[in-house]
Amino acid sequence: MKLPIYLDNHATTPLDPRVLDAMMPYFTEHFGNAASRNHAFGWAAEEAVEKARKQIASLIGANAKEIIFTSGATESNNLAIKGVAQMYAEKGNHIITAATEHKAVLDTCKHLEKEGVRITYLPVMGDGRIDLDMLREAITDKTILVSIMYANNEMGVIQPVAEIGKICKEKGILFHCDAVQAVGKIPVNVITDGIDIMSITAHKLYGPKGVGALYVRRRNPRVQLTAQMDGGGHERGMRSGTLNVAGIVGLGAACEIAEKEMTQEIARASALRDRLRAKLEAALEETYINGSLEHRLPHNLNMSFAYVEGESLLMGINDIAVSSGSACTSATLEPSYVLKAMGLGDDLAHTSIRFGIGRFNTEEEIDYTAEKMIQVVNKLRELSPLWEMFKDGVDLSKVQWTAH
Amino acid sequence: MAYSDKVVDHYNNPRNVGSMDKADPNVGTGMVGAPECGDVMKLQIKVNPATHIIEDAKFKTFGCGSAIASSSLATEWLKGKTVDEALDIKNTDIVNELALPPVKIHCSVLAEDAIKAAISDYKAKSTVETAVTA
Repeated sequence: MKLPIYLDNHATTPLDPRVLDAMMPYFTEHFGNAASRNHAFGWAAEEAVEKARKQIASLIGANAKEIIFTSGATESNNLAIKGVAQMYAEKGNHIITAATEHKAVLDTCKHLEKEGVRITYLPVMGDGRIDLDMLREAITDKTILVSIMYANNEMGVIQPVAEIGKICKEKGILFHCDAVQAVGKIPVNVITDGIDIMSITAHKLYGPKGVGALYVRRRNPRVQLTAQMDGGGHERGMRSGTLNVAGIVGLGAACEIAEKEMTQEIARASALRDRLRAKLEAALEETYINGSLEHRLPHNLNMSFAYVEGESLLMGINDIAVSSGSACTSATLEPSYVLKAMGLGDDLAHTSIRFGIGRFNTEEEIDYTAEKMIQVVNKLRELSPLWEMFKDGVDLSKVQWTAH
Repeated sequence: MAYSDKVVDHYNNPRNVGSMDKADPNVGTGMVGAPECGDVMKLQIKVNPATHIIEDAKFKTFGCGSAIASSSLATEWLKGKTVDEALDIKNTDIVNELALPPVKIHCSVLAEDAIKAAISDYKAKSTVETAVTA
């Protein structure tokens, strides 16, 4: 077993060597511009791009013509939301999203708010999912877009996407879905899920960084987006810029592998996740799973270890790469807004750890992680005045703290 | 973020972890911070009433590595000092000793607050004692 162990696969995934093999020729001999229509170099590049379009479309149940290439999920989310707000401004100026969305969605919405678009941020229930009745009630005759993610990047909770798609269809509203954490990990189908626009990025499914895609529906309804960059009119006029051919080939290859191996991968990842959870829960008291276990990505475990602060825990397990919802690990010095939106108290948000299991993790790595976690949590609890008070039967919610 | 060697050392080998009897009239207890803020420090001193010298110091901290290191260092510095000398320990001394980055300065502030809180608890107790004896 090699250290350090990578268990932060919601942040990014390693490149699959098979993906790299597919990409390599497009850095060297096939360096052509896919937009060069009159020579063999351009044709080779275009052929590779069109093959990738088909590979992506096949994974998500779309038509190849509905795939627009971008630089990644942040651009895809910006293009989808701003593109709809501008294109359909005459129809309405109201967008509905949720409090637990990724910053690339939330900050795009905040930007539009300054330009006069009205945004509703739906709260989530204790399990991290939105309340469909609240969604129905939030819709007005000015609503043009609902933007809800497929699965959350922190706690892995899967939203009721097909139901949201159905509601949007009934009301004639477009549905954008940030599916970055879900595509390639669980079955995603834009037809059965009723999705009109969907964001994808390569580096979360064992592809390269810097390339992503946006699915834009062409029929029932035909979705139009206002381009966010001016230029050569590539990608059906929605996204100008010379295509990143090698990156696109990588995204395509990653999608093809994910489609072929998904069933086995789901079984493997969830078995490792359940093994980790069982070991931690057997050895440690006062641990809490954050978010729904039923509606959850198979490779996600988000757990709070009460009375142990997250950053100190990360420091103790420094040969294992995971993330924490603790304020100390964020740039803003605020604990995770996702966990807070779920109604988790700040005290538990500070003690949360996100494990993201990936294609290349082994049982041996999971066992090492569990052992190390147990050892460090126990050590830090011995150091924790809160643990001591809890053990003495003190009700911590009744203590007068001197906040600073 | 990379931690300084001294922070890592205190985190791996925290000095003077533990608790003393709160009810002991010679023990002063300071508890500062809040679980919601992500750090709580409990710092205790045991003072020789005749010499006013701090003979023992213990801590327990819920918080990041820098918070643990700041309180661990504080207990080291407290031992052997008189109560009045201990009041001279400043958070900036802790920042310098542990090479804390700007985002971790609040950990040192919390440690200074914990020292002051423990001393004032001890003083309040000993005043009561004196009053009772008198």
